[in-house]
Amino acid sequence: MSTRAQLQWQWIGGTPPAWRAAVEADQWTSVARTMHGDGARLLALWGGERRSDAARIEVLAAYLDQEGLRVTELDVPRDVATIPSIAEVYPAALRMERALHDLLGVRAANGDARPWLRHASWPAGYLPLRRDQPEPPRAPGITDNYAFVMVSGDGVHEIPVGPVHASIIEPGHFRFSVAGEKVLRLEQRLGYAHKGVERLFQHRPLDQGHRLAARICGDSTVAYSWAYCRALEGMSGCEVTARCAWLRALALELERIANHLGDLGALGNDAGFAFGLAQFSRVKEDLLRTLYDAFGQRYLMDYVVPGGVARDLAPASISALTTRLVATEHEVRAMRAIYDDHPGVHDRFHDAGTVLPQLAARLGLTGLAGRASDQAFDLRVDHPWAPWSTFPAKLATRSSGDVLARVAVRFDEVLESIRICRAWLRLLPEGAVQRDLGTPLAGALAFGLVEGWRGPVFIALEAGAEGRTHRCHVHDPSWQNWPALEHAIMDNIVPDFPLINKSFNLAYSGHDL
Amino acid sequence: MLKTLRKIAAIGIVTEARVAPDESLRVHDELQERILDVLGRALCIRHIDAGSCNGCELEVHALGNPYYNIEGAGIRFVASPRHADMLLVTGPVSVSMEDALRRTYEATPDPKLVVAVGDCGCTGGIFGESYASRGRVANVIPVNVAVPGCPPSPVRILSGILTALAR
Repeated sequence: MSTRAQLQWQWIGGTPPAWRAAVEADQWTSVARTMHGDGARLLALWGGERRSDAARIEVLAAYLDQEGLRVTELDVPRDVATIPSIAEVYPAALRMERALHDLLGVRAANGDARPWLRHASWPAGYLPLRRDQPEPPRAPGITDNYAFVMVSGDGVHEIPVGPVHASIIEPGHFRFSVAGEKVLRLEQRLGYAHKGVERLFQHRPLDQGHRLAARICGDSTVAYSWAYCRALEGMSGCEVTARCAWLRALALELERIANHLGDLGALGNDAGFAFGLAQFSRVKEDLLRTLYDAFGQRYLMDYVVPGGVARDLAPASISALTTRLVATEHEVRAMRAIYDDHPGVHDRFHDAGTVLPQLAARLGLTGLAGRASDQAFDLRVDHPWAPWSTFPAKLATRSSGDVLARVAVRFDEVLESIRICRAWLRLLPEGAVQRDLGTPLAGALAFGLVEGWRGPVFIALEAGAEGRTHRCHVHDPSWQNWPALEHAIMDNIVPDFPLINKSFNLAYSGHDL
Repeated sequence: MLKTLRKIAAIGIVTEARVAPDESLRVHDELQERILDVLGRALCIRHIDAGSCNGCELEVHALGNPYYNIEGAGIRFVASPRHADMLLVTGPVSVSMEDALRRTYEATPDPKLVVAVGDCGCTGGIFGESYASRGRVANVIPVNVAVPGCPPSPVRILSGILTALAR
């Protein structure tokens, strides 16, 4: 009998269906190994103080497979020296375990004691997710000396980049070790955009958390606020109306289309084809203006609210959106033909920043970048709910794992999202768009999982008493994909980094929280 | 190639009329005359994300699209603060970005302008001040113009940039 079958799984419900089970410390790693053997992927690892006893901490690991979501919980006293690590089984767990130590003081035995989210600017010894800790005095705001792994050898030198980058992007640090133009090693240092989001959640009533969730990662505001509302509605017994579910899905697909259009233009530009940026940024702007007219928001921020959506879609907006999507499809097909025909663009895209399927599986590469390396997972397809369950989306995959593959998946997904959005606009159910949320069940643990444009956005919400938030953990798929970028750049040349980086387009703020 | 040329001919020029400065956005206008004497009409901007959610970045990017065509107005985003006349700063200033922001400000040659973008840049927004956030940009470096909005539209951002330049 496998370790997994011995556990007492408690059903939580939801879509995908979720179960939770307590695991003893001596089984923590072997359960992970069994999960891995059964084909489950690690979704997130996090921790929090126990609601019933603040002297104890629970560490949680969420695994996702074709059946649903399995959450294992390890209960430890808060002054425990170390807990076992699962990073050997799931390499993506390493940074999550390091963050666990930064936020809660629980160390996993993974052999890497360096902080991950915590910089020297943060007061030493301060553990933000412990409730008994008062706000610390103002720290000096200094830059620390992070122990990057050094590469030595004849002619090897380092190129430090960031946190202030050369273009309009988020803050992070990249340390390249290079010989000539070739990159031998890249090491990332993130955490610069850490704004203490999870502590802010703890001071916010449950029914107001969606506004904060919407501002964790601006390009995925629909995915985040929807994931939050799914968790909140799950613990409140609120089932949204059919029209609301369809409008939320429509908003999510429009967010995907807008982001993919932006990336396709930027990728052309990074390959030296400025024409691509000019055209795609124009097409994206046309879409954003239509969204503004239809929803009152260019990026649909605060559109998803607990129990519903902020406003209904007027009949005139439905036809305006349909017209815009038809035009967008026409433009995207024309641009795809131009990109495909352009030998210079093809030369830059082809075989750049490759992550082969075997490595992708080992690293747990997820979402869009995963699908470009043959990791054929998409929540909209694997665990669909309405309207995807009645009008399914087609999965887009490639197996070459290079920039070309990530561009191709974006083209496929834009066209597929346009197709399903047009159908949904035609079939949109009638009815109200808002329902009463009801009362969140004190002590409940509920999950929200949504396939954002980058990949699965996961929120684990635990209710306190009287509508208060005990704990809200937020996980961006970039946690899984950032380490893969370190592999993707190896043996490529430094000037190709912007292109390769853009082809992943990972979140900083969504990761740093 | 033919497809590319056809597309360029078919689309034509879509750039829209320039927006006007908005005096209500002005916070502080010391040095103004001196800067305009030095810069004339061309302007180089260094963007700094001091901890934003990336929402404002989307709209700063949009300034480059053919409708707003910011480069057509003589305004360019540059790669180094040493090339910049203006810093365009987004986000509440995260504690881990405070030093980088201050050092980037110091690396920008005088005279210089600072435009804070978005509700977070103006007031700290939803993140406020905490162990991890210093709040508004003006808590860390001097700010000339602050553009509210979550995120502010490209027109508002451009208006803020032009306000900082207006005589």
